[in-house]
Amino acid sequence: MNSKLKVSRFDPETMGSGQRRWDEFEMDLHPSATVLDALIQIREEVDGTLALRCACRASICGSCGMRVNGEAKLVCKTRIADVTEEGTTIVIEPMGNHGIIKDLVVSLDPFFDKVRQVDPYLQPDEEPEQGEFVVNNDSMENLLTAMNCIMCGACVSDCTVLEVDEAFIGPAALAKAWRFVEDPRDDQRDERLKELNEVEGGIWDCTRCFKCVEVCPKDVAPMDRIMEMRDMAIEAGNRNTSGYRHTESFSKSVKKHGRLDEARLAVESAGYTNIPRLIDLAEIGVKSVLKGKMPPIVPHKADENEKITRIFERVESERNT
Amino acid sequence: MKFAFYPGCVARGAGPELFDSAVAVMDRLGIEWVELTGASCTGAGVLQEKDQKLGDILNIRTLAMAEQLGLPVMTICSTCQGVMAQADRRVRKDADYLEEINGYLAEEGLSYSGNTTVKHLLWVLVEDIGVETLKKTFVKELSGVNLAPFYGCYIVRPSDALGFDENPERQTSLETVIESVGGNVVDFPGKTACCGFPILLINQRNSLRMVANHTGTASELGADAMVTPCPLCHLNLDGYQPKARRQNNRGKADLPIIHLPQLLGLAMGMDAKELGLGKHLVNTKDIVGKVESIPVAS
Repeated sequence: MNSKLKVSRFDPETMGSGQRRWDEFEMDLHPSATVLDALIQIREEVDGTLALRCACRASICGSCGMRVNGEAKLVCKTRIADVTEEGTTIVIEPMGNHGIIKDLVVSLDPFFDKVRQVDPYLQPDEEPEQGEFVVNNDSMENLLTAMNCIMCGACVSDCTVLEVDEAFIGPAALAKAWRFVEDPRDDQRDERLKELNEVEGGIWDCTRCFKCVEVCPKDVAPMDRIMEMRDMAIEAGNRNTSGYRHTESFSKSVKKHGRLDEARLAVESAGYTNIPRLIDLAEIGVKSVLKGKMPPIVPHKADENEKITRIFERVESERNT
Repeated sequence: MKFAFYPGCVARGAGPELFDSAVAVMDRLGIEWVELTGASCTGAGVLQEKDQKLGDILNIRTLAMAEQLGLPVMTICSTCQGVMAQADRRVRKDADYLEEINGYLAEEGLSYSGNTTVKHLLWVLVEDIGVETLKKTFVKELSGVNLAPFYGCYIVRPSDALGFDENPERQTSLETVIESVGGNVVDFPGKTACCGFPILLINQRNSLRMVANHTGTASELGADAMVTPCPLCHLNLDGYQPKARRQNNRGKADLPIIHLPQLLGLAMGMDAKELGLGKHLVNTKDIVGKVESIPVAS
């Protein structure tokens, strides 16, 4: 099929940081060709200076992460026919939230710094009794989701929090943290959760936007792992964050009224002693009232809301036994 | 065309202008509705952090209520759409799980068997009503009005819960509606990104950076207003925009954020006040003036 590719180019020797140039290529490709096949063909036949990183060509090594039409993908796993129709142009860029070295090649140093930040190794208190740790199969199967991570950086590329805050540990490293929190051979579970709960850029900074779940080529679903760690951190007694207060207040409101009590949620998340934040909220509240809208002081309720309360009570009592 | 109407907590609480404008527009469109007044909050993903099964029970309960009425569910909230669709997907994939969930609903005489669907008004417009019929309800062509779409995460991700394979038009439905009223689509990469609302009460600095980036970029690209089908995005993009802009030095003026039904209402020639356009924190005077200066088509 006839395909048009628009490729982002950056040459560190002649261009300043943040600059880029777009090169367009038109080529005839087999319908089953991948974006990587096309890029390699460009490099071999059209422009030998095109820099890209790839190795296994079988979505195992995680080297060829790039943005295709605005979304992070492994280009070896992405067929041309799946991302374009005859006559449309495929836009190929380096991954986002990574520094660019040249053309489509990004620096992964910050990526691995974040992975190192979560101590990605087992920390048992004692040596195993028989020379090796014996664990059951279920506990290892549980880890498979996160262990499937091939460190390609696709989730980091499209993370909406990293876009505004470099300090966020990010989806890949947090999924890696989960893998060690959940490993029965590790004895630092509580310490890990405490750290992830409190550190700047920890588990509470995720916005739950599903971008990482959507772009991960290995179904690691980092966001789901982060949400599980929020619950684990709370269960382990970490209740000193606005994230905890937010979740608790939300849950209490739905349990009691069947609906969300927005005003109370805002105040309780801030914390009753957080005066600057409460003044801030009051400002928005007053402006809303002046515009003729404000969540009712008496919260709105679902009809027969006691039925919803009963479901909460039943699930909670089952969870506690 | 009749739906079990699920407006969501914000349309019934902090954003009443969304409910009022939606109802007004639905009447014009000939959509009949009965509100699910006994339904709970979807949990918005927050409750699901704490206990996903509990969230699924509540949402399947809502679907079971609609099923009992023999009606599909319609919502006007991107977040509610996504959270209900995710719960629906989980029980459809796992019959044992559905049976377990139904066990919690039996006491109320409810049971879900998968015979209903959840659809945002946005999808109803393009799928059930259709662009041609929709256009017949408009009396004004908003040509020259530049409108930036802003979807809200949960109506675009996770894509496998949202039926995009069977209904690919959903992925561009907001642009389709903007074009149908005659407006110019101001396309920008942030349109499917996060508005920052879920972390507003947790990490306000980051949340406001997102608000400033999206509204700033859309403004710089010439948008007169931003249109969203998500009331949670609206709360953040409208309510916190002035502060976000000050903190991040983005743009000269605030960008009006319009609920989807308000846009339809303007094209239908409805009164801006009736549509609640005076209730936003970012002043909508300029965009309303621009639309009001357009003559009604004869």
